[in-house]
Amino acid sequence: MSSETKQILTTDGIPLEVSLKKAEKKNKIRAFLLVAPLLLFLIITYIFPIGEMFMRSVDDRMVTNMLPKTFKAMEKWENLEELPSEEVYRAFYEDYKLLVENQQHGKLGQRLNKEKNGFNTITKKLFRQIKRKKIDESASLKEQINKIHKRWRNVEFWQAIKRTAPPYTAAKYLKGVDMYLAADGSIAQVDEDRRIHRILWLRTLEIAFFVTLFCFFMGYPIAHLLATLPMKYSNLLMICVLLPFWTSLLVRTASWMILLQQQGIVNDFFVMIGLVADDNRPEMMYNKVGTYVAMTQILLPFMVLPLYSVMKTISPSLMRAGKSLGGTPFVAFWKVYFPLTIPGIGAGCLLVFILAIGYYITPALVGGASGTLISNQIAFHMKTTLDWSFASAMGLMLLTGVLVIYWIYNKLVGVDNIKLG
Amino acid sequence: MALPSYTETRYRIWHYIYIAICTFVFFFLIAPLFVIFPLSFNAEEFLVFSEGMKNLDPDAFSLRWYKDMVYGTKNPWGLAAKNSFIIAIFATIGSIILGTLAALGLSSRHMPYKGLIMATLISPMIVPLIISGVAIFFFMAKAGLAATHTGIVLAHIILGTPFVVITVTATLSGFDHSVTRAAASLGSNPVNTFMKITLPLILPGVISGGLFAFVTSFDEVVVVLFLAGLENTTIPIQMWTGLREQLSPTILAVATCLILLSTLILVSAELLRRRSERLRGINR
Repeated sequence: MSSETKQILTTDGIPLEVSLKKAEKKNKIRAFLLVAPLLLFLIITYIFPIGEMFMRSVDDRMVTNMLPKTFKAMEKWENLEELPSEEVYRAFYEDYKLLVENQQHGKLGQRLNKEKNGFNTITKKLFRQIKRKKIDESASLKEQINKIHKRWRNVEFWQAIKRTAPPYTAAKYLKGVDMYLAADGSIAQVDEDRRIHRILWLRTLEIAFFVTLFCFFMGYPIAHLLATLPMKYSNLLMICVLLPFWTSLLVRTASWMILLQQQGIVNDFFVMIGLVADDNRPEMMYNKVGTYVAMTQILLPFMVLPLYSVMKTISPSLMRAGKSLGGTPFVAFWKVYFPLTIPGIGAGCLLVFILAIGYYITPALVGGASGTLISNQIAFHMKTTLDWSFASAMGLMLLTGVLVIYWIYNKLVGVDNIKLG
Repeated sequence: MALPSYTETRYRIWHYIYIAICTFVFFFLIAPLFVIFPLSFNAEEFLVFSEGMKNLDPDAFSLRWYKDMVYGTKNPWGLAAKNSFIIAIFATIGSIILGTLAALGLSSRHMPYKGLIMATLISPMIVPLIISGVAIFFFMAKAGLAATHTGIVLAHIILGTPFVVITVTATLSGFDHSVTRAAASLGSNPVNTFMKITLPLILPGVISGGLFAFVTSFDEVVVVLFLAGLENTTIPIQMWTGLREQLSPTILAVATCLILLSTLILVSAELLRRRSERLRGINR
């Protein structure tokens, strides 16, 4: 039997297989075209800019472009413990003169000053000498430059220039974890009293972890109650969860600021029941306590809703069966009910954790100095110090952490299972 | 939650502890919202309950801060409200159109790389807002759209579409595709089928996604803080500035209005959810 006789043909004489494949392809293209507008929009306005953040965080081409001749000449500089040759000095002088002509020399001074303290002073001195035309280009430039300031005779400053040669650097990432590239190229720790970023990372993790824990212990009982009560009561109680969920974040933060202030209602209550003295009211805002309380209340609905949607599907007869087989209510709960709610626990905890780790508004308003998180630091560098490359580096470190958690979430629960409301 | 009469005493105690915990948590969730109401009617400038208010003296209450909110000369709330509504409405329309189209494509069983594309489309919901803010700011600054309404609307479309994609995909998951095939076999073209058959059926999902997008835009402050200039101030920005500088009762008046608005949205979202479940034949 030949293969042609086996083929089934459609009415217009095309083999069925080919025809089906064609239809399949057409459907694929149609589906893709529907997704394409949003996908393109997001790639252009969102995914690429995140990539740009990465470029910005490692980009160090400014100096590379400013001192091309210097770095070329420095390739031949072998003994790094000795001052470089006349050639390097001449190349640097020529590069710098060009920068002076284009009025770019200030930027270079500032950038080199970050690499080695005191650089800005000596580049400014060199600038003045050039402006006054006091440098004789036919004589030895090494001698003349060395005479301008004693730091030019210090080899460490020339090493600093050489360190800026690579167009890309991981320095911002190291700074994010309180480390830096030492003069000899090794990675070193900053002084103990200046390690602020590591404290912030740890605090962010700590707050996110405890907020998740509080949300779990508060959310589990009420999700259970909502799932087991008759509809007409549970619908009413559900409003208590959904109304905060739909209310503006700033409104909820504002209400906590009123409640927690020193003359606020919570303190009034503590005084009334005699827990604290009236003249010794504790500070509950602008510290960690405020951040914990406000964030727990704000993120609680994100714990309750996934738990509720899982608990709703658990048949009450399972608990009854457990009890009728001789388990006490506790055993029945622990061995039957609890394991069935684990998908909901995973979803709720990871959702709350992801949201808490990137929180910005609430800590900034009620956190004070000891309650601020890594996001606040990123915003600070974006808006105040304008060190955008450092802000980008910190942002991407945070993003990596979140993506790892998201990946676990996806493996455990599946992104498609996110339920809203 | 009545207990059967044979319950042992210790389980009875546990049960009451459980009820007490639940009551406390519900109180913790909802009570903070209700502090704002009475204080926004305070006749005085302080954000504490005055003696008069505790004694329910009518003179201690006034509409002073509401008047200030509406007529106050130095108050930016009018401009902020106008901007907020314009931005949120356009962002919602954009999110609905882009999100619904994408959800239709994603629900097709012919869609290639479904997981990867879905992850990309809902990534703005997962990525911390501060990072989205930085990235979007870089883009808008380059495109010359920083400090414009267009820029903020585009930013809010980015943040709002994931909600539409998720709700519409969920609605479509229970969608009986044979009805569209029936329409096609009766000679309807795809656009007509979509308008007459698919859209009415998925409408609850589309609208509830739209509500999410609206609230996201209306409540969004992190990204706007990077993008907005003086002209594009929104209600959240004004509240943020107010809360940072000085907590004034006018903010509480605004907050009360926002709570009323969110109650309205909650009710519509609930009604839509029920309608959607009824349409999809999910019975509980």
